[in-house]
Amino acid sequence: MLHDPSHAKTEAAFNAALWGPAPPAGLTAPDANEIAQRFKVYRNNVQHSLTRALAARFPVIEALVGPAFFTAMARVYIAQSPPQDPVMLRWGASFAGFLDGFPPVAHLPFLGDVARLEYVRGRACHAADADPVAPEVLAVADLESLRLTLHPSALLFTSPLPAVQIWQSHQTGAARAPLLPGPDYALIARQPDFTVIVERIEPDTFAVLSSLCDGETLGFAAGKADPTPALTLLLRHGLIIDTDTGAPR
Amino acid sequence: MSQLPHTSGLGFKPEHFHDIMVQPGAVGFFEVHAENYMGDGGAAHAMLTALRADHALSLHGVGLSIGGAQGLNPAHLDRLRKLIDRYQPESFSEHLAWSSHGTAWLNDLLPLPYTQETLTTICTHIDQVQDRLGCRMLLENPATYVTFENSTWTETDFLTEITRRTGCGLLLDINNVFVSATNHRFDARAYLAAFPLAAVGEIHLAGHDAEDLPSGPLLIDSHGAPVADPVWALYAAVLEQTGPLPTLIEWDTDVPDFATLLSEAARAKTVLARAKGGQSRAA
Repeated sequence: MLHDPSHAKTEAAFNAALWGPAPPAGLTAPDANEIAQRFKVYRNNVQHSLTRALAARFPVIEALVGPAFFTAMARVYIAQSPPQDPVMLRWGASFAGFLDGFPPVAHLPFLGDVARLEYVRGRACHAADADPVAPEVLAVADLESLRLTLHPSALLFTSPLPAVQIWQSHQTGAARAPLLPGPDYALIARQPDFTVIVERIEPDTFAVLSSLCDGETLGFAAGKADPTPALTLLLRHGLIIDTDTGAPR
Repeated sequence: MSQLPHTSGLGFKPEHFHDIMVQPGAVGFFEVHAENYMGDGGAAHAMLTALRADHALSLHGVGLSIGGAQGLNPAHLDRLRKLIDRYQPESFSEHLAWSSHGTAWLNDLLPLPYTQETLTTICTHIDQVQDRLGCRMLLENPATYVTFENSTWTETDFLTEITRRTGCGLLLDINNVFVSATNHRFDARAYLAAFPLAAVGEIHLAGHDAEDLPSGPLLIDSHGAPVADPVWALYAAVLEQTGPLPTLIEWDTDVPDFATLLSEAARAKTVLARAKGGQSRAA
């Protein structure tokens, strides 16, 4: 007898079968014995495309654990936290937390923070565009009361572990340097030429940049540490997009 | 929305951006996946802006899940509208497939039965898309590996009825026709004879992979190889009837160098030129 379930039921059964061992009921093929093999194409496509999307977002995690382990681990993560949106460049925010609690990688305690760095790096890639101001804007009389608006891609990153150094050591052309103990601090941002920098910075520079990101005045930020290295960094990478003297315009 | 030129085009790959910029006019139009341009800014938008400045553009969506049982995602429709307003593409197309279930996005084009119910659902969705985007969309025929026992329409009748009810056009993917015909053991030429060719606004050509089942081949729509000879032959046969149509070479995995893509596009151009010399589409 012809079985005619609602489309919602057909779709639900198909979806459930993508995550299970057997194909759903109600499929046909020229040779009914081959339905499972045919259905497997869909199951493989879903797994493969989501795994590659995750690897594209977290290439250093894949390098650190190896492609075979990454694929197996991705299968667990995908089943737990599939993307919630067709815009894949937003996916993966929870991957770092997953790694923190995934027992098979408990011996690699830095993985979660390296994944956090990679996710922030992705955010910097796709952050809104904005033109940098000319360095001369800092040539004002009352530098103390100046507030800076930083580029939307300028994001700060910190880890109690040497996560920035580990990430940097997996970039092409990276020098082999012994790892210094954490904590690590970094400025992650997109330059006007669209390359994204991950620059390891001193704790003092991090403190100054944190204040500036919070919208504090340069004077306030200078209370944390000498602001010169932070300002040099921001100007060098074109990351100041507006200034405000606090005076009415 | 103006029209795509009736010549060959390529899927845009960022790794070819420099090659494209130094050979302006080498490609008739470019197609991009809409969802890759839904970030706020950065290199993706900068490249698409530069590309758009001197090429016709086809915006190809993979995210709407038009064939899904659940309603369309209004936020996603808004994002598409924003892209269309910004880049003014000559064409917008989507798929006869579903890709999300509940809140999960499955990132693949999944098949559906062809029934009265799915027909109604899809037509409602297409009406909503065309209303929200303010343009006529093209719907692409799928490559499938299974069929459904509760289907009561043939795929070609189903597509014909969708165009009749919604006024949408079709994107005829000839590799998908060949893949499905091989997989389901039907005659690709008979399928094309039943296809509503007058509604076709664009053609896709792509490569496929092959697996062996005990009963015969199972072709996989991989977009990772040159267009196969039987697909070229079907393409020529279609153009004999339709005259030249905008034709895209799709190559999305194991992307080769730009010269290889150009030679595929050039091969399509020779078929297009022959079709122009023969029967041409009535105005």
